[in-house]
Amino acid sequence: MRTRKLLFLALAPLAGLLLFSSAQDSSESDPSPKIKAYTNATIYPVSSGKIEKGTLLIKGTTIISVGPSETVDIPAGAEQIDCTGKTIIPGLICTHSHIGQVSGGDSSSPIQPEVRVMDSIDVRDTSIDKARAGGVTTVNLMSGSGHLLSGQTIYLKLRKGNTVEDLTIKLPDGSLAGGVKMANGTNSIRESGPFPGTRGKSAALVRQKFLDAQAYQIKRAKADPEKPFERDLALETLADILEGKRTVHHHTHRHDDILTVLRLKEEFGFKVVLHHVSEAWKVADEIAAADVACSIIFLDSPGGKLEARDFEWKNGAELEKRGVLTAFHTDDPINDSRWFLRNAAIGVRAGMSREKALEGLTLAGAKMLDLDKSTGSLAPGKQADFVMLSGDPFSIYTRVLETHIEGTKVFDLANKQDRLFAEGGYGAGHNRKAAGCCFYR
Amino acid sequence: MFKSLILILLSATASGQIAVKADLLFPMTGDLKPIKKAIVLCGPDGKIEAVGSNLKIPAGYQTITAKVATPGIIDAHTTVGLSGILNSPQHDQEQLDKSAPIQPELRAIDAYNGRDPLVKWIRDLGVTTLHTGHSPGTLISGQLMVVKTNVPSITSIRDTLAPTSAVAATLGKGALSKSPGTRSKAIALLRAEFLKARTHATKIAQANDDPEKDAPPRNIKLQTLANVLNKKTPLLINAHRHQDIAAALRLREEFGFDLILDGASEAYLLLNEIKAAGIPVIVHPTMARPYGDLENMTFTLAAQLHKKGIPFAFQSGYEKYVPKTRVVHFEAALAAAYGLPQEIALAACTLYPAQILDLDDKIGSLQKGKDADLALFDGDPLETTTHTTYVIIDGKLVSSSAK
Repeated sequence: MRTRKLLFLALAPLAGLLLFSSAQDSSESDPSPKIKAYTNATIYPVSSGKIEKGTLLIKGTTIISVGPSETVDIPAGAEQIDCTGKTIIPGLICTHSHIGQVSGGDSSSPIQPEVRVMDSIDVRDTSIDKARAGGVTTVNLMSGSGHLLSGQTIYLKLRKGNTVEDLTIKLPDGSLAGGVKMANGTNSIRESGPFPGTRGKSAALVRQKFLDAQAYQIKRAKADPEKPFERDLALETLADILEGKRTVHHHTHRHDDILTVLRLKEEFGFKVVLHHVSEAWKVADEIAAADVACSIIFLDSPGGKLEARDFEWKNGAELEKRGVLTAFHTDDPINDSRWFLRNAAIGVRAGMSREKALEGLTLAGAKMLDLDKSTGSLAPGKQADFVMLSGDPFSIYTRVLETHIEGTKVFDLANKQDRLFAEGGYGAGHNRKAAGCCFYR
Repeated sequence: MFKSLILILLSATASGQIAVKADLLFPMTGDLKPIKKAIVLCGPDGKIEAVGSNLKIPAGYQTITAKVATPGIIDAHTTVGLSGILNSPQHDQEQLDKSAPIQPELRAIDAYNGRDPLVKWIRDLGVTTLHTGHSPGTLISGQLMVVKTNVPSITSIRDTLAPTSAVAATLGKGALSKSPGTRSKAIALLRAEFLKARTHATKIAQANDDPEKDAPPRNIKLQTLANVLNKKTPLLINAHRHQDIAAALRLREEFGFDLILDGASEAYLLLNEIKAAGIPVIVHPTMARPYGDLENMTFTLAAQLHKKGIPFAFQSGYEKYVPKTRVVHFEAALAAAYGLPQEIALAACTLYPAQILDLDDKIGSLQKGKDADLALFDGDPLETTTHTTYVIIDGKLVSSSAK
């Protein structure tokens, strides 16, 4: 969470203005942004109830109205797109993804807060095109779980950009939205130092580092502003966590590891989202009592390692029952982004409500990334991030037809090249050609 | 409450016979279309007594109702039972020995653990028969077998439906290491080994014909390959790139074995050639990861094979990490979203794999005299939100977990 209050003070109260600036934002410079009306669609706004025959009205990059078709006035001159038989849902938010060739810390140490994943991302990687084909509009790009702390994550809108900067989300203070990736359990335990060899050692290393960061905060506060201050990129990042400027996205599977995260949160008071949480069902009461959000994954079977042996599909339902904010993630390439909708369907199969399952793909994730004021649901004033589907979001037969980010279509199944990324085929593994250029890998 | 009542009723008649009453039954016979309001009677011998929509359920039968019933699901290629839930090389990973590139003598029956939790996991979801064994990863990694998911241990080859259903081979990057380090070297090694096996088989035949001649010393490796050359055992070749599929076709042409193509990501580039060769394809999981040799895979492959009239079936395949096993009808379901008709998707994880494995006289469809293996659902079996309500193997209820 980054100075959300400040953000609100700075906001114009009227719908139609962007909450966050973006590289491709043209609404402010364009005196008459285009108005588009998507009519006669089944619409799930998520922040409000299902609309059987609705209209989504967007102006430039922003939603200006959503409601039953007969209640939405379409201004003269608006482009009308008839969506009879189609379904519109908010753009999908993936709270945990490894697309774009993302990488983080190296093998030199188990805690590397100074490492930024944004310095590794290839925006032309086909995994990003494929995520758009799955309806994903926003991702938290994460480094791996082989470290206690593997780096600073970055939240991206999957705009069609030339550089990673074109996809970033700028916060009012000029910084880029992102969190920090942490992990416990077996993935970050290695046989030789400086990596921990046990769970106890893992927790001790992390606690000492946060204590160091607390000391750093004091030193920084006391520093003479007239003199140059020697910055420590690692401790500075941990201080951001302690000050609530960055959320910890914490990989964890087993019940005892989950509780270790909750103890860390208790001790240092940071904001944390639990990720994967394979044994959430065993400690769902404790998770609820700690008021911590969970980003969960559904795999087609348990196991793959001892600590994921007791993974169950009922995680979603057990968390929902206790009112825990629950989102899903792809962990792409663990689950391909093109099957992201399927996560929600498995959640429903194992007892989640349809409403909470759809929220888990959209608004709940937006909340975990502190982006819920701008995306995650279809409401006036929010960015026009939405997905057009051929049918029910939970049906296996449903296809993603179009993906829109901030009013711009970034995926269209009717487009031949887009279809290749959606379905696969010869060349689907090759990066997209750079526009206007002759070079091709 | 309702479920526990049923369980009580069932346990009261545990030794009795089961009658399945389905709103929609896919017997997977004839044109593959389902029949409404149908009944399947399971006999005391574990075989199907009768199937029809005008049957009366005789007294003494335990009736189980379902919205939809299908034949028990068949996974046309998996490693479940060899690759266990823990993914621990010390404990439960028996699917691949990399000490030599060609080891056809490794039997699946010597490695299968029917008590691994993954077997129960997929059984609860409706999978009743597995074609399982050694995984892709070396040129010839070992044998495959066919076994039902209610078999905890292989105490005799009679516990299987086929103890050596195929020999598993791999072409392409997946089979390369220090040596064979290239595709050409891989094929050269295979050809040399097959020539040796042919000589071995010839010597045995000569000894059989001529009492003066000694049989060669028994060699289980060459004997297994000789069985492939004699068409007693098919060779299942995992190949994804079109040049590897082409190499498989050339090998078959040269040595004349029965070929089953496996994986076959780029089979869509060679539809005419595969069709002309008359060979079946066990397609990669629809949700396989599109990297390495699979980078050009398409979710429409099954639909394209179907359209071309090439026999095919779905597999859960082998995963090094997670999900430790895939669920074969989930893979079929996604193909149905990409152009494959629903009943064909279901056939490709019931009837079609039975045909490819040459076991369609026993399993894969619901007909009098065939094994009473059924999967029962509370909706479209391909929909993710549908639950598998009951699973029956050999006429006995093996799961009522409603998963």
